Amino acid sequence: MPTPNRTRQPRPVRSTRSAIGPRHLHPGAWWLWAIGLGAAASRTTNPLLLLLIVAVSGYVVAARRSTEPWARSYTAFVKVALAVLGIRLLFTVFLGSGVGGTHVLFTLPQLPLPDWAQGVRIGGAVTLEGLLYSLYQSLRLATLLICVGAANALANPARLLRALPGALYEAGVAAVVALTFSPNLVADVQRIRSARRLRGRSDKGLRSLLSVGLPVLESALERSVSLAATMDSRGFGRTADLPRRVARSIGALTLTGLLAVCVACYGLLTEGTVRWALPVLLIGLAALGAGLLLGSRRSVRTRYRPDPWAWREWLVAGSGLAVAGLLIWLSGRDPAAFNPPAVPPTVPELPLLPALAVLLGLLPAFVAPAPPRPGAPK
Amino acid sequence: MIHFEQVSVQYHDAAAPVLGGLDLTVPEGELCLVVGPSGVGKSTLLGAVNGLVPHFTGGVLHGRVTVDGRDTREHRPRELADLVGMVGQDPVAHFVTDNVEDELAYGMESLGIAPEVMRRRVEDTLDLLGLAELRDRALSTLSGGQQQRVAIGSVLTSHPKVLVLDEPTSALDPGAAEEVLAVLQRLVHDLGTTVLMTEHRLERVVQYADRVLLLTPDGPARFGDPAELMALSPVYPPVVGLGRAAGWSPLPLSVRDARRRAAPLRAALEGRTPPVVPPVTTEPVAVVSRLTLKRGPNPVLRGVELALRPGEITALMGRNGAGKSTLLGALAGLYKPDSGTISAAGLTPHRSRPKELIRRVGLVPQEPRDLLYAETVTAECAGADHDSGTPPGSCRALVARLLPGIDDTLHPRDLSEGQRLTLALAVVLTTRPDLILLDEPTRGLDYAAKARLVTVLRELAADGHAVLLATHDVELAAELAHRTVILAEGEIVADGPSAEVVVSSPVFAPQVAKVLAPLPWLTVTQVSDALRTPA
Repeated sequence: MPTPNRTRQPRPVRSTRSAIGPRHLHPGAWWLWAIGLGAAASRTTNPLLLLLIVAVSGYVVAARRSTEPWARSYTAFVKVALAVLGIRLLFTVFLGSGVGGTHVLFTLPQLPLPDWAQGVRIGGAVTLEGLLYSLYQSLRLATLLICVGAANALANPARLLRALPGALYEAGVAAVVALTFSPNLVADVQRIRSARRLRGRSDKGLRSLLSVGLPVLESALERSVSLAATMDSRGFGRTADLPRRVARSIGALTLTGLLAVCVACYGLLTEGTVRWALPVLLIGLAALGAGLLLGSRRSVRTRYRPDPWAWREWLVAGSGLAVAGLLIWLSGRDPAAFNPPAVPPTVPELPLLPALAVLLGLLPAFVAPAPPRPGAPK
Repeated sequence: MIHFEQVSVQYHDAAAPVLGGLDLTVPEGELCLVVGPSGVGKSTLLGAVNGLVPHFTGGVLHGRVTVDGRDTREHRPRELADLVGMVGQDPVAHFVTDNVEDELAYGMESLGIAPEVMRRRVEDTLDLLGLAELRDRALSTLSGGQQQRVAIGSVLTSHPKVLVLDEPTSALDPGAAEEVLAVLQRLVHDLGTTVLMTEHRLERVVQYADRVLLLTPDGPARFGDPAELMALSPVYPPVVGLGRAAGWSPLPLSVRDARRRAAPLRAALEGRTPPVVPPVTTEPVAVVSRLTLKRGPNPVLRGVELALRPGEITALMGRNGAGKSTLLGALAGLYKPDSGTISAAGLTPHRSRPKELIRRVGLVPQEPRDLLYAETVTAECAGADHDSGTPPGSCRALVARLLPGIDDTLHPRDLSEGQRLTLALAVVLTTRPDLILLDEPTRGLDYAAKARLVTVLRELAADGHAVLLATHDVELAAELAHRTVILAEGEIVADGPSAEVVVSSPVFAPQVAKVLAPLPWLTVTQVSDALRTPA
């Protein structure tokens, strides 16, 4: 439906944000870069390579994050990663690991278990090999988490959702609303707990936390309803009419596309490359793209000042993908360096070529534009 | 522009319809103010304009509402979004995105306006509302007045012909309220926007209105000239009250109108002084000394010194974010001081057990509903007795005194704003605390509820309680408080008898003081009492 407001302007008026000067890099570029580093990390258990990837992500975050609230999330992700590492090692100490070994570090008293619990062990000898094996494995997971954290700190997730194609817009809004929901929920819990104190009830302990549940849910629900009312009165959900056949093919294309991409990713990331994975990925992406393109016709929305995709975005995304590509290729050529054996324990070596490849990931620290500082004079 | 034909709305569980058969025509380009006590259907009326009533709220709407020829029966709110802009009382509830520029563009994006046009309109709106400096800021970092201006801007970018505002200045400090009203004034004058708004704080808005719609619970709605209707209205601002007391006709609506007529009145009052309230000199019940308190990285209070005395009502004023709520919270033991000390009735609040503290200090928070958990008024009272260890029935007796005739089986959330506040106050008063703290008690209260609150607080002070209330309401402070404390950026910048403090400030002076300056009269009651007793 053409609205009376839609007027044509002569072309020279620019609608995207300017690519010159301090600006936010396109969030998609940051996510591609981080996914690249993550994919690289998923191919190796070499702790030196993994630590190098963590260092690279940390340096880029330190150099290019903004002052806005979400930029602080990197530290939170690092903490979660360390917690994952610690929990996994504790489990290995107390429950043993599947890896046999001869270098016993110390022996915990073992809990005798009945026959039917065969294979489960509590306490007993703790071997160096077992610990090393768990350390390598959990370090890989921790590195993946830190890569996600880097993307989160560098690109506002809400901004990334804004860049979604029109067909996914409504799902994107739901996600944005959910993202702002959680800080509000935390604030509600604090407010209502302190109100409990004003009634003379204790504000400490689990019981007090549980008893605020209902009022918190109530206020969250009220907030959602009032948000829905404003969004409705601001024009959310205006749609253009589409013929039924088109609507059906949109659904089919998107669904098959998504399925194919999932299957292909699984194939690509498992050990040993599967031959069918790449063509399936391409077909899946094509179907998905067509589905989203058609789907965008349903929404009458336009987009205000989208982030530009300029050469800096190409370099940032490219550097991450290059790291992933090179490491996947090199890991096929020299698997031993990428997966140092835990049995027998050896000192892992830093393979030169892969290390250099990982350093490519530092590129964004130099080519990405500095983020704008709100409040700074222009 | 807006036509109501025989409109009445029946909600499902309500006994009687709201807005019995309302007929109304608001011409284009006028600022129309809807006036009336709580519960006469002001919000329903506003919601009906863009179809939220009944499409979103449920209920049945009889009659017909058309806006610029579009019938709300056939058009859902989203299809009226390009015609009607709707802004509520709480700007934070209005925001969909997280920064100023995106928020301004959001409505236009939904309407599918061309990117070039959007770009230009965002720039125009930033200038029109004075928001250009704030364009990159996160919405959560703005002050209340700035947030309300962004909320108005976010609907203006769609170029609506009608703007509907529900209590746009109720939550704002006097300075921020003037910011917002200046913007509305400009929209009506320069852009010919039709504005329909409600506001409890009539003293802020009635002077800008071209028409007033007066809704009363009994009797028909009246629509017409503000000065004429103010003569009939059960709710009116102090400047109108002064005009009624002095017998002026037509009634003045603004301080300026009143000042021009007030020369004879000033002459009559010359040489007389309002009855002097003797300063309270009892021993302080609570002493705050060199209090510094941080929330997050920044100090909210810096070296605050304050002593509160039994029998004294103190008003705490200042901008949104000046630290008023934090000071009250610290006195009630919610926050731990970073340095300095607080002593409240012999206790150190943040170190005391809640059960002991509530016998000495009671706080009614900004959102009284937070204090109420139970399903019915009766259960709430029983809970309060249980919490405070008072004999059963103590709280119910208080409720009977403060809220005579309340239905015991009602859920606290079904009470009106004023009733809920009074119930929370009764719950807090059950333990008869020495120090009573109230945070923004008059937000959302109509004049009648406010008058009841004033009576209750006066009685409490006379009983020897110390009362501290944080408020933006200058008229309330002038009428009620013995003493006024003004807080700015966490420091106390003025502390003294209300008559001296409020009169010396252009922002915090009540209307009567502005009209009769330099004479020291503060309230309509003082003036009318003086007029009745010849000198």
